[in-house]
Amino acid sequence: MDTRSIDRILKKYNHEQSSIIGILQDLQEKENYLPEKSLEYISERLSMPLTRIYRIATFYNAFSLKPRGKYPVNVCLGTACHVRGAAMVLERIKMHLGIEVGEITKDNVFSLETVNCLGSCALGPVVVIGNEYHGKMTSAKVSSTIDQYRKDL
Amino acid sequence: MKKIKTVKDLEKFRDAVLSSRNPDKPCITICSGTGCHAFGCERVTQGFRDALEMHGVSDTIDIRTTGCHGFCEKGPLVVLYPQKIFYHGVTPGDTAEIVSDTLLNDKIIDRLLYTDPETGEKIIKEEDVPFYRGQMRLIFGNNGKIDPEKIEDYLAIGGYSAICRVLSALSSSEVIDIIKKSGLRGRGGGGFPAGVKWESCRNAPGTARYVVCNADEGDPGAYMDRSLLEGNPHCVLEGMMIGAYAIGSNEGYIYVRNEYPLAVKNVGIAIDQLRKLGLLGENILNSGFNFDIKVSRGGGAFVCGESTALMASLEGQAGEPRAKHIHTVEKGLWDKPTNLNNVETWANVPLIINRGVEWYTSIGTEKSKGTKIFSLVGKVNNTGLVEVPMGMTIREIVYDIGGGIPEGNKFKAVQTGGPSGGCIPESLIDLPVDFDRLTEVGSMMGSGGMIVMDEKTCMVDIAKYFLNFLKEESCGKCTTCRDGIRRMYEILDGITKGEGKEGDIELLEDLSWVVSGASLCALGQTAPNPVMSTVKYFRDEYEAHIKEKRCPAGVCIALISYIIDDQKCTGCGKCVKVCPRSAVTGKKKMPHRIDPEICIRCGACLASCRFDAISVV
Ligand SMILES: Cc1cc2nc3c(=O)[nH]c(=O)nc-3n(C[C@H](O)[C@H](O)[C@H](O)COP(=O)(O)O)c2cc1C
Ligand code: FES
Repeated sequence: MDTRSIDRILKKYNHEQSSIIGILQDLQEKENYLPEKSLEYISERLSMPLTRIYRIATFYNAFSLKPRGKYPVNVCLGTACHVRGAAMVLERIKMHLGIEVGEITKDNVFSLETVNCLGSCALGPVVVIGNEYHGKMTSAKVSSTIDQYRKDL
Repeated sequence: MKKIKTVKDLEKFRDAVLSSRNPDKPCITICSGTGCHAFGCERVTQGFRDALEMHGVSDTIDIRTTGCHGFCEKGPLVVLYPQKIFYHGVTPGDTAEIVSDTLLNDKIIDRLLYTDPETGEKIIKEEDVPFYRGQMRLIFGNNGKIDPEKIEDYLAIGGYSAICRVLSALSSSEVIDIIKKSGLRGRGGGGFPAGVKWESCRNAPGTARYVVCNADEGDPGAYMDRSLLEGNPHCVLEGMMIGAYAIGSNEGYIYVRNEYPLAVKNVGIAIDQLRKLGLLGENILNSGFNFDIKVSRGGGAFVCGESTALMASLEGQAGEPRAKHIHTVEKGLWDKPTNLNNVETWANVPLIINRGVEWYTSIGTEKSKGTKIFSLVGKVNNTGLVEVPMGMTIREIVYDIGGGIPEGNKFKAVQTGGPSGGCIPESLIDLPVDFDRLTEVGSMMGSGGMIVMDEKTCMVDIAKYFLNFLKEESCGKCTTCRDGIRRMYEILDGITKGEGKEGDIELLEDLSWVVSGASLCALGQTAPNPVMSTVKYFRDEYEAHIKEKRCPAGVCIALISYIIDDQKCTGCGKCVKVCPRSAVTGKKKMPHRIDPEICIRCGACLASCRFDAISVV
C-alpha cells in the first residue's frame, strides 16, 4: 500500500470526514478499485469507523471493492440505449469475455460493469472501454471492438 | 489576470475582449461535446490545425472548440463562421479539403452538407437544418458560440451583465420578485416555482444558508444538464451567483454526477477563472457580496438527485432521503436553510434578468413559461438535444424537429419523465408539452428525457426495464419501495417470460397503490408510473403476453423465435458466420435453418441478412 499517496489525497480534502466520497473517488482513480488495506488506513487517519466507510463504498455504484481490469468495459443500460438493444449487446459481451457483470477476465485485462446512462444517449447503444466511448454498438461489432484492445496490449 | 473590482472594470474587460475580435474573421467551430468526442472530434480539430498551418493561415482563421450543439447523431459537427456553413460527419481526412476549398476558395463541399431526407435538398446553413429550424435555442444555443474554457467567450456574448445589473441596481427582494413574476419553474422534475422557493429560503431563520445546483441528472436517457454544464458552465454559475445574492447565501455547491468527467473539468476551470478575476470571493464587484462555489462529485446513485438525499451525500453520508416535515429551505445542508435548483433552472436566471419579465412570460404556456431542453432519443431519426418553447406538441417535436421514426416504422409512444414518468401513446400525439399537461396524462416533465418508441418497442418490457432500474436504485429505507418495487418487477418479469397469470394486471394495480401511497420520497411515490401508464394505454399488449403468450413487438425473448424463409434464403452463409451459438445450419447456396433450442434470440442473424429472409414470430 502506498500510504504516501493516500496521505496526499487526505490532505487535499483537509482530512474532513465529510469529504469521504471525494476521497474514495480519488483513491479509486489511483488504484482502479478500493483496496481493503487502504480503507483501513483511511479509517485510522480520519478516526472514522471502518463500517461507515464501507457503508459509503457499498452504497454508491461508482465504487468497486474488487480489482477491475486494465480496460473496464462499461455497458450503458440507460433507457435510450435499452430501446436500441443494449441488453443484447451486453449478452454478447458476456459471452465474448466469458464473464458476468462484476467479474474480471482471468488475464486481468477486462472487467465488466454496467451503468445507467453515460449522457451520450444520441449514440446509443454506448459501450465504454477504458476511457474510450464506442457508440452505435451492435452485437455483431462486439468481438472486433473488444479484440482491438487485446491487440494493443 | 488583473482583478475585476467594479462593474466598470468588468465592462472595460468586456470591451477589450470585443475590440480584440473581428466578427468577420473566419472561424472554424468544432463541437467538442461528449457525443462528438466519441466520434473523434479531437482528431478533427488537430486536422484543422495542421491544415491551417500548412496553408500558412493560422493567424487569419480562428479555431474554436465549443460545447455540444445538440445534433449529436450527426457528429462530429463543424460550423464555419461568419457564413455559418454547417458540415456534419466530418472526419480528419476532410479537414484539408475544407480549408483549401471552402475557407480559401469559397467552394462548398456537397458531401458534407446535411440533406433534408424529405426533399432531398442540400442545406448549407446550420439554422436552416430542420432539426434546428423548429427550435428556440435561448439557453442552449450559446453552446455553439463559446469555448467553455474561455471566460472571454462568455463575456463576448454578454455574459455576466445580469450579475452586474443585480449587484449594482437591484435589492435582493427585487430579484426575487422578478423571478417570481417570470413564472420560472424548476426544470429538475417537480416544476416548483423557483422564486417562491428562493423567498422561503431567504426568509428562513438562521445566519448561514446555501445554494446548491443539482447536476446529478439521474434520469437514464437525459443529458441536457451535462451538455449545459460542459458547454456553457458560466451561465449556470452566473445564475447561482444571482440566486445566492437574492437568498443571502455566501456558499454554493454543485453536485455533479460521477459519470460526467468533462462537466466536472469545465465547471472547475470556470470557477478558477472567476476566482482569479475576483468574481467569486469577497466583496464581488465592490458590492459587499461574498460568494464562493465548490464542486462535489456524486457517487452514481439515482436517489441522490432527490433533494434530501443529495444533501446527505454532500455531507459525506449515504444518500438516503429523509421525511420533509421540515423543508430543506429551512433545514437542508448541515441543517441550514438551503436552496436547491436544477442546472437548467439556474441557467434560465441570467436570461430573465437580462431580457425582462415581460419578454420571458411571452414564451410558453399559461402556467409553464420559457423553453425546455429535451433529450430526444430512442427510435427517432434526429436524436439529440432540442430546446423548444413550452407548449409545443409531441408531434412537432418528434416529426418536425426529430424527423420522424427511422426505417419507416410506426410511432408508438414517447416516454417522458424518466423512471418517475410514463408513456404517452400515439392518440395523444398532439398534446402540448408543459408541466401540467404531462402530469394530467399520467406522465411528468421530469428533467426532460423524451424517449421515442416505435412498433418494435414492447411496452411490458419498458415497464419492466424501469422497475428493474428502480429496484436497484431504491435506497432500501421504506419497505413499500424496497420490497414493493421488487414484487412488481417479479410479476412483470414473469409476464415477459410467458408465466403471466390472469389477475396479474390487477395485482400490479393494487401494488402500485401501496407503493405510491406509503413510500417516503418521490422515488417510491412515482415508481409505479411507468407500469400504470403502460397498463392504461397499452393494456392489450399486457393481455397478449398473459393470455396468448405472445409479444406483439417481438422483443420478449421467451415469447419469440427466429425463422428463415425458405423462399428468400439464398444460402449465402452470412448468418452462420455471425451467430455466436452456431444455431444456424445449412448447405451452401441452400436455404438455412435456425435451431430454436440453441438460438438465444440475439438478433445478430436478423441484422446481417441482406435478403430479408429472417423474421421474428
Ligand atoms: C428519485 C429522485 C431523483 C431526482 N433526480 C434529479 C436529478 O437528477 N436532477 C434534478 O435536477 N432533480 C432531480 N430530482 C428533483 C429534485 O429532488 C429537486 O426537486 C430539484 O433538483 C429541485 O430543483 P428545481 O426546482 O430547479 O427543479 C429528483 C427527485 C427524485 C425524487
Ligand atoms: S441511455 Fe445510454 S448513454 Fe444515455
